[in-house]
Amino acid sequence: MNARLGPSIAILGVLALLAFAAPWLTPWSHDALDWQHLAVPPQLEASHWLGTDRLGRDLFARGMQALRVSLALGLLATLVSVAIGVSWGAVAGYLGGRIDAAMMRFVDIVYALPYVFIVIILATLFPRGSLAALFIAIGAVGWLTMARIVRGQTLSLRKREFVTAAIAGGVSTPGILWRHIFPNVIGTVIAYATLTIPQVILFESFLSFLGLGVQEPYASLGSLINEGAQEMETSPWMLLVPAGLLVALLAAFNALGNGLRRRLVDHG
Amino acid sequence: MLAYALRRIVGLVPTLFVLVTLSFFVIRLAPGGPFDQEHGLSPAIRANLDAAYGLDQPLAVQYGRYLAGLVHGDLGPSFRYKDFRVTELIGRGLPLSLTIGLAAAALAFLTGVPLGAFAAWRPGSRLARALMAASLLGVVLPAFVVGPLLALLFGIYWPVFRVGGFEPGDPSYLVLPVITLALPVAAYVARLTRDSMGDVLASNFIRTARAKGVPTRALLWRHALRPALIPVVSYLGPAVAFVITGSLVVESVFGLPGSGRYLVEGAIDRDYTLVMGMILVYGVFTLLCNLAADLVYGWLDPRVRLE
Repeated sequence: MNARLGPSIAILGVLALLAFAAPWLTPWSHDALDWQHLAVPPQLEASHWLGTDRLGRDLFARGMQALRVSLALGLLATLVSVAIGVSWGAVAGYLGGRIDAAMMRFVDIVYALPYVFIVIILATLFPRGSLAALFIAIGAVGWLTMARIVRGQTLSLRKREFVTAAIAGGVSTPGILWRHIFPNVIGTVIAYATLTIPQVILFESFLSFLGLGVQEPYASLGSLINEGAQEMETSPWMLLVPAGLLVALLAAFNALGNGLRRRLVDHG
Repeated sequence: MLAYALRRIVGLVPTLFVLVTLSFFVIRLAPGGPFDQEHGLSPAIRANLDAAYGLDQPLAVQYGRYLAGLVHGDLGPSFRYKDFRVTELIGRGLPLSLTIGLAAAALAFLTGVPLGAFAAWRPGSRLARALMAASLLGVVLPAFVVGPLLALLFGIYWPVFRVGGFEPGDPSYLVLPVITLALPVAAYVARLTRDSMGDVLASNFIRTARAKGVPTRALLWRHALRPALIPVVSYLGPAVAFVITGSLVVESVFGLPGSGRYLVEGAIDRDYTLVMGMILVYGVFTLLCNLAADLVYGWLDPRVRLE
């Protein structure tokens, strides 16, 4: 294992394990109210390891539930945006010419719009807190970079001998894309997909922070940070717990993505 | 140059028209209207309300009226803030938002460029390495984490700056918001400058200048900085978009009466005209900054011809 990748994989593994094992690790659920312990700091008594919020909800349970949302949404939205981006970029790059110009012009236009606008407009379109809105908003922005990168790679690949040979051998265009282009861009795709995950997570927390994302009784790291920021004078742990989780998650994914890019792309 | 700038400004009009048209129709597709939250409205009152705001007209008529208002510099009435025009609401908050945003952008570029240039000039030094590690963290940390943490640290534990609220004429309320907003931009600018400065310093014309004995200071400032700034300047447009996004967060964290909150409030309350007004105003700023970046290009890189 490369020394650069080891620590970030370890951190992510521990976080994911904690997140998904949390229901068996703590007696509290994310929406259980403990009237005996309102806004208590981290303590061993009553197993509130990371303290509670103003309603007596356990912050460990809520933090881990938020982590599950972040991880699930991050992976799922990244998969979707990778699927769209890779197909779009590969088709544009392989077909070339006017189709390529039109497809990439579209990417440029969406790229130029500040993403807040897209999100705010989408947030007005859907009922408040619907995950569909979150998902579409994230998917609408996430695939653009991937499309650009894959298109660039495909442009250089389609002139190579093995593609020419496949065309001469009578392989259909979808067949060439699937059998000859995709396998050759997969390393780059994996590296950039890993870098897309933290962006998605950040995006979701940002929306939830503004109140446009995940809604009560469910928690998101963003909404927890928002609540914590309002109570930080009296109960700083309410801010520090979700902020720490989010920073650890983002830093680990970014380090992993950068490490993968160095290995798979720059020296590939 | 001036003719080019004017032509580009005129060229913004169709882009803005598309932005207005798209956001107008997309927002109207949304389920729920601005008066849904008012309970117990009798149908007659509801109909009167709709008529008063022109919502009973066909969509095409509403669109036409909105455009006619725009031409006269009127963004329409706000649906939620009774008796306020959108222009008044935005006009009230915008100066503060702009002050914070511009101050943050200036701070970010004024700190990021020298730090990045230093890191490129002395790449192995301990300071440079510490700077780049810090900048990586700065890029990762979002404003809505940095803001509350700074407020906790410098507003509560070690109260050097005012936190929460705003008094006109007292800049101590603005220090932490500006730093929060500037931090990620400064980190990114530092990394950009480091990379491009590194490329420039390795190029032939720098070696020539060094060989003929140009002193280091002049080499850096006179020869290397200008070409190295080109990618940094192209980040100006995205940076402004970023500062706008961040101002939403910073204004809510620090309780500042800027205009950013109208965007979120308007979206939640279905205040169509308010959301569109904000999108239009912020869209104009973003487009103008992209234009400014293009113009500075021509000055930095003589090979670029702006005609």
